[in-house]
Amino acid sequence: MASAQVRECSERSILDQEPMQLGRPNLDEFAETLLALAKNDRDIVVLTSDSRGSGKLTHFGRTLPAQMIEVGIAEQNLVGIAAGLASSGKKPFTVSPACFLTARALEQIKNDVSYADHAVRLVGISAGVSYGPLGSTHHSLHDLAALRAIPNIDIVVPADNFETRAAIRAAAFYTRPIYIRFGKRPMYNLHRANTPFSIGKAITVLQGTDVTFVGTGETVQPAFVAALRLRQQGVSAGIISMHTIKPLDTEALLKAALRTRALVTVEEHSVNGGLGEACAATLLQAGATVPFRIVGIPDEYTCTGSQAEILGHYGISASGLVEAAENLLHNERTTCPT
Amino acid sequence: MTLRNLKLRSVHYRKLILSLIKQAGAGHTGGSLSCIDILNVLYNQVLNVSPNNLSDPNRDRYIQSKGHSVEALYVVLADKGFFPAKELEKVCGYQSHFVGHPTRKVPGIEHNTGALGHGLSFAVGASLAGKIDGRGHRVFVLLGDGELAEGSNWEASLTAANYHLDNLVVIVDRNGLQITGRTEEVCALEPLEDKFKAFGYCVRSVDGHDVRELSHVFAQVPFEPGRPNLILARTVKGKGISFIENAADWHHHVPTDEQFMQAIRELDEVERLLVKDLEVTLREDAA
Repeated sequence: MASAQVRECSERSILDQEPMQLGRPNLDEFAETLLALAKNDRDIVVLTSDSRGSGKLTHFGRTLPAQMIEVGIAEQNLVGIAAGLASSGKKPFTVSPACFLTARALEQIKNDVSYADHAVRLVGISAGVSYGPLGSTHHSLHDLAALRAIPNIDIVVPADNFETRAAIRAAAFYTRPIYIRFGKRPMYNLHRANTPFSIGKAITVLQGTDVTFVGTGETVQPAFVAALRLRQQGVSAGIISMHTIKPLDTEALLKAALRTRALVTVEEHSVNGGLGEACAATLLQAGATVPFRIVGIPDEYTCTGSQAEILGHYGISASGLVEAAENLLHNERTTCPT
Repeated sequence: MTLRNLKLRSVHYRKLILSLIKQAGAGHTGGSLSCIDILNVLYNQVLNVSPNNLSDPNRDRYIQSKGHSVEALYVVLADKGFFPAKELEKVCGYQSHFVGHPTRKVPGIEHNTGALGHGLSFAVGASLAGKIDGRGHRVFVLLGDGELAEGSNWEASLTAANYHLDNLVVIVDRNGLQITGRTEEVCALEPLEDKFKAFGYCVRSVDGHDVRELSHVFAQVPFEPGRPNLILARTVKGKGISFIENAADWHHHVPTDEQFMQAIRELDEVERLLVKDLEVTLREDAA
């Protein structure tokens, strides 16, 4: 898994002027950022469902034991308690594997958090197919779709350490419900430290005129490598990190649709109800009929394998994305001669 | 408020509940009538909450997990001045924020409920916040007995005991009925008191319609330092109206005109006897 990614990213360092630095897992970035915030704000409390180890929060628990609440393996209770804490002035971060947090506790998220409007920060760890061979019980490929249909909750899927750090810092001061999900493998740094970040505003990493990849979360990285490979072939490829799924930055999306001949969305999520369909709905309703392709996990329980193997199997890889873009551009040329 | 006045207030609330349900053409009659004495004592005798201290972090909290009995809550909150009683004309109306289950858009309501099995976890969170911040507020949460089949209640109970939440007061409206029929036939709960004790609660069992007993038991909170409190309130679903009492199909029936008038007559008679009793006492006192 790691070696495939290293290989792809080292190719990028050959292709591009500035080598990408390997960071750490977004999970580690999250844990360290949260601890730093909590040291200065005693209202920040972390709730875990026997997940402090998985959430890299063991050190947090030792350092600030009074600010950590353990509820055991009980996700419904986790979210309900967090809502009660938020109602009394606390700033709760619930940290639990994304698969359980957003399925087992979906009614608590809908009613106790979003409908009742309590500022709970829901953090889905080991998201997507991070758990790889542990199987579909542990995959969260539904979470974006499920939460998109619930009013009054923002959804953020950071790509790299920078976006993770910025999202967690923003969440600490958030006054409405928010869901942040990420994985656990080391991430390459896509952005410079002074890159502007705000929830709801996509980051255009590269501008292109032939094809733009619109990625979210950790899939932005293979999309980045794909864009660089395409550029080497003379294809003007761009990339947008759509770290916020809701509210979607429709302006950035429509601008990309205007300046580029094709759009490819990519997500570590079901093709049903995630980033791709959100973009498709936006584009169609704005009258933008750009050639378009959604890359994600199809409507099936995944094949068995490591995270990288599963993602590769479904074309969520640099080579898969290059192929998707080439097919789209080829079809566009053959069907739209002008 | 004196016990006699509390009793009179219960009769008054029962009339208002029936009027509200009749006027809205919808509501949960049986459950509202079974919990109204509990709400009466809480809001008139126990809770340090008023329209003037709703943003005070030290206020007591009341969470109604059995959200379907919202009519009982609405009439009590209106009576306590959280909003004008006239607002109740909007209950269940188009674009009204007086929904058929509690929402925070109504002044005085702490949490949105209606889906069952949610109130206790929320109350545990509010209690934990009080403990962490060293505040003296208490959190009261009313559960229906039917909703005890929701596993989330037992998850929350584990946490309440684990964190020694003696500022949490769980009240169970044990009327023995749910929409399908008797709780013991639908999903048997007994021995309920033993179950709660095994989960770490300090349990008190009371007559949930006896305002004296209710006042007395609430005054004893916390029952034991370091343990969450549980009041098992034995109640009668539809209490106070002869033909509604203990009838499962009155879970959310709306009375007909004739049934409504009959119910009001029964309550008028109870009120008349209470007032007569009061007059006798006053004469005796004067003599």
